[in-house]
Amino acid sequence: MLDTVFFYFFALLTLGGAVLTITRRNAIHSAVSLILSLIGVAGLFLLQHAEFLFAVQIVLYVGGIMVLFLFVIMLVNLDDAARITQFNKQGWLALACVVAVGGELLFFVSRGAGAFRLGEPGAGGPDKVGNTERIADVLFSQYLLPFEVASVLLLAAVVGSVLMAKRKV
Amino acid sequence: MNFLDSVWLIPLFPLFGALAMLLVGRKLDPQGRHHSAKSKVVVSILCPGTVLVSFLFSLGAVWQLVDRPERTHQIIQFTWLAGLPFHTAAGALARFTADFGFLLDPLSSVMILVVTGIGFLIHLYSIGYMAHDGGYYRFFGYLNLFVFFMLMLVLANNYVLMFVGWEGVGLCSYLLIGFYFHKKSAADAGKKAFIVNRIGDSGFILGMLLMFSVLGTTRFLDVNKALAGMGLETHFGVLTAMAVLLFVGATGKSAQLPLYVWLPDAMEGPTPVSALIHAATMVTAGVYMVARSNHLFRLAPEACLIVATVGGLTAFFAATIAMTQNDIKRVLAYSTVSQLGYMFVALGAGAYWVGIFHLYTHAFFKALLFLGSGSVIHALSGEQDMRKMGGLKNKIPITHATMLIGTLAISGIPGLAGFFSKDEILWQAYSNPYAWFRVVYALGLMTAAMTAFYMWRLMALTFYGELRVDAKVAAHIHESPRVMTVPLMALAAGSVLAGWIGVPKLWSVFPEGFRTFETWLSGVLGSEIEREPNPGLEWALMLLSVAVAGAGIALAWNLYQKRKPAVEPLQALGPLYSGSLHKWYVDEAYDAVFVDGLSKGGGTLLAQFDQKVVDGGVNGAGWLTRFTSRVSMWWDTWIVDGAVRLTAFGVKLSSYPVRLFQTGSVQAYALVFVLGVAAILGYYLVR
Amino acid sequence: MHPITTLHYLVLSVALLAIGTIGVLTRRNIVIILMSIELILNAVNINLIAFSRHFNSVNGQVFAIFVITVAVAEAAVGLGILIALFRNKETVQADEIEILKW
Repeated sequence: MLDTVFFYFFALLTLGGAVLTITRRNAIHSAVSLILSLIGVAGLFLLQHAEFLFAVQIVLYVGGIMVLFLFVIMLVNLDDAARITQFNKQGWLALACVVAVGGELLFFVSRGAGAFRLGEPGAGGPDKVGNTERIADVLFSQYLLPFEVASVLLLAAVVGSVLMAKRKV
Repeated sequence: MNFLDSVWLIPLFPLFGALAMLLVGRKLDPQGRHHSAKSKVVVSILCPGTVLVSFLFSLGAVWQLVDRPERTHQIIQFTWLAGLPFHTAAGALARFTADFGFLLDPLSSVMILVVTGIGFLIHLYSIGYMAHDGGYYRFFGYLNLFVFFMLMLVLANNYVLMFVGWEGVGLCSYLLIGFYFHKKSAADAGKKAFIVNRIGDSGFILGMLLMFSVLGTTRFLDVNKALAGMGLETHFGVLTAMAVLLFVGATGKSAQLPLYVWLPDAMEGPTPVSALIHAATMVTAGVYMVARSNHLFRLAPEACLIVATVGGLTAFFAATIAMTQNDIKRVLAYSTVSQLGYMFVALGAGAYWVGIFHLYTHAFFKALLFLGSGSVIHALSGEQDMRKMGGLKNKIPITHATMLIGTLAISGIPGLAGFFSKDEILWQAYSNPYAWFRVVYALGLMTAAMTAFYMWRLMALTFYGELRVDAKVAAHIHESPRVMTVPLMALAAGSVLAGWIGVPKLWSVFPEGFRTFETWLSGVLGSEIEREPNPGLEWALMLLSVAVAGAGIALAWNLYQKRKPAVEPLQALGPLYSGSLHKWYVDEAYDAVFVDGLSKGGGTLLAQFDQKVVDGGVNGAGWLTRFTSRVSMWWDTWIVDGAVRLTAFGVKLSSYPVRLFQTGSVQAYALVFVLGVAAILGYYLVR
Repeated sequence: MHPITTLHYLVLSVALLAIGTIGVLTRRNIVIILMSIELILNAVNINLIAFSRHFNSVNGQVFAIFVITVAVAEAAVGLGILIALFRNKETVQADEIEILKW
């Protein structure tokens, strides 16, 4: 019962925030909407017993990325951008295409629902071990290489973004 | 030793002599030395020696042939030309082959004995005659080569090999006529002989080819077999054409009308050459060939008529010219042409053995006459004009005596060789079933009269009367050396005795042995045409011909000896005389029609040809090149470049819609992504 | 009321994906585009976590961590590019950057 309420609440938060993100004229409004959406997603993670990711989502995504976005929005003067047309020429066509894609995806999901018993409740069970421990177990043993590679990726991103933002290279 | 199987050696001995002269002759006889040079002796012994050996081998072979019942001996050494099979006109399958083979039968035996026997005597004579001349070894080499080719001609067993010999003797004739090559007249005469001969040879070749296509073979024995199955041709058919074509070849080689013009000019050569080639042997090749083809001629009476008519006309025509000539050798040359005409009359009348008989007797006395005239010329240090001779009877007695015998023989005085053969010819002509032969007989009779006349005129001008010789020459008059007079005496003996093996049947008092010539040749030449025996007529005609000959001699004696004229008595005949003296302008006519016609007409033709065809061709080639280059340019511009431009245009055309995709807008590209995803998902949707 | 099943999460994920894609394709402002990309990545994460829960496997969550890592890197670099672009072109409108247009 509570699950349902919380699910719909967070779902509304997520989708509502998403819609607002893509429709606001003011970039700051968009950014704040996105934050809302991300918080909703974090909540959904929590509902799925993914506590670690809930935390990561809040800290990294909202606290890191969105702050970065806000800084850049303020750095780049978007007042003029707010005044002109927001949607480009291919808008309606894009909408149609995406609706088509979405429809197709939903169809596939519904078709596979029976096979994977996606419609049945009660998936999963009580956790025997804590979520973070479980992730740590796997992350540093089985997925060690991707972990290290991800760190290299982040290094590259750091170097890259610093380079891109410099005035004189 | 089996001479019959070594018959192939007979031509090779003189060939060896010729080759020896070719290879080492120059060393043996450096030009211009006196005739007593030692090295010349080698040549003098070698070359006549080879001919003597050939003669001995010939005697041996003929002796052995007599023993054989079938009187034919054919050896085929090897196949010389082997060709592809082909269909004759009648449809039979035949093969074009010519063998290098020899056939010894009575006819060829007579010929080889004449050629080698008289050839040897003339070689002997030449040792003395050519002693002072340069090119001694060259002369004997050519002479030996000639004997080789002549023997090949008469010994061949097929027409093709005979033609090889035929051409070869023509070549040697050219070489020997032009022996004194530094004299333009001699070189021209050699050329004339060769070219006129060639015209005749074309007829020979055509006849040979026709024979191949109709009968499928050219071997004598096989041809005779094939002809035996064919019937008499009463109209001008294929066999007649064959015979006439072969006769055209004979006309060229044996100097009949109209191809006789080379023989008088051939007197430019040394006298022994005239004796051997243009009296005894080469010119008789045509007679031999027609006799060899007697089976063919028997089936073509039209051809025989042509042969006899041409022979008769030639005999008459040549005699008219001989009557007025002043050069001693020219008289004898025209006399040869005339006597050859007699031989063809005999062949045309169907009495083939008589033709060969006259060939055989004529060889003796004509060679004798020529060698005798050579002796006269030698005595007079080269003088040949009879107007500057005379009164030589006592100065060169042997020459005079032998020439007298020769003159009597040729005139047909009974008992001498010429009488028997000439008389037989006249009888055969008169009594031939075809009426036309009476005309031929008339021509022959008139010719006999003229022959006797001009021969006695020759004797009178040369030996009798007063000395009209130049003073310088008169001092050196001498009889010829023995090496020259011995052959003269031998030939004189022959002229007397040779005729006695062909005594006519009319003289029945003589036993059969005196008629061996006819019986000897009957196997090859067949018998004469059947006719009613008419001894009275035959005796009458015989007496008539003797009378006519006697009249001729008497007239000549009267005109030239009794009256002792200052000028030529025949000049009284006016235009007839000058016409005869200028050989009836035949040479001039040929010159104008053929030579000038060819050179001028041909020249114009060639000039036009050059201008229109050759230059036209060159210009045309130039035009063609320019035209093709223009085509090429058009092709290059429109097709090749066009293809390239078309490709570029196609690319450009197809790029227009593709270009539109390059909007530069990243979102557009993203949209295409999504479209792609939709499409892929759609595919799985409908699957 | 229906119990919340994995299907709900999947539908939610598709919807979020659609919204994010619309934003990428439709908005002219590059910053908004980048934000829409973040939405897409989040939709993917929801999907991963739902299935992780459904199959009781922790692999989905680990993958989601990596997705977040990549999203972080990409956002940082993307914003750096945006700044560089703004310096050169004085514009943040996506359809005004069409130098590669034919």
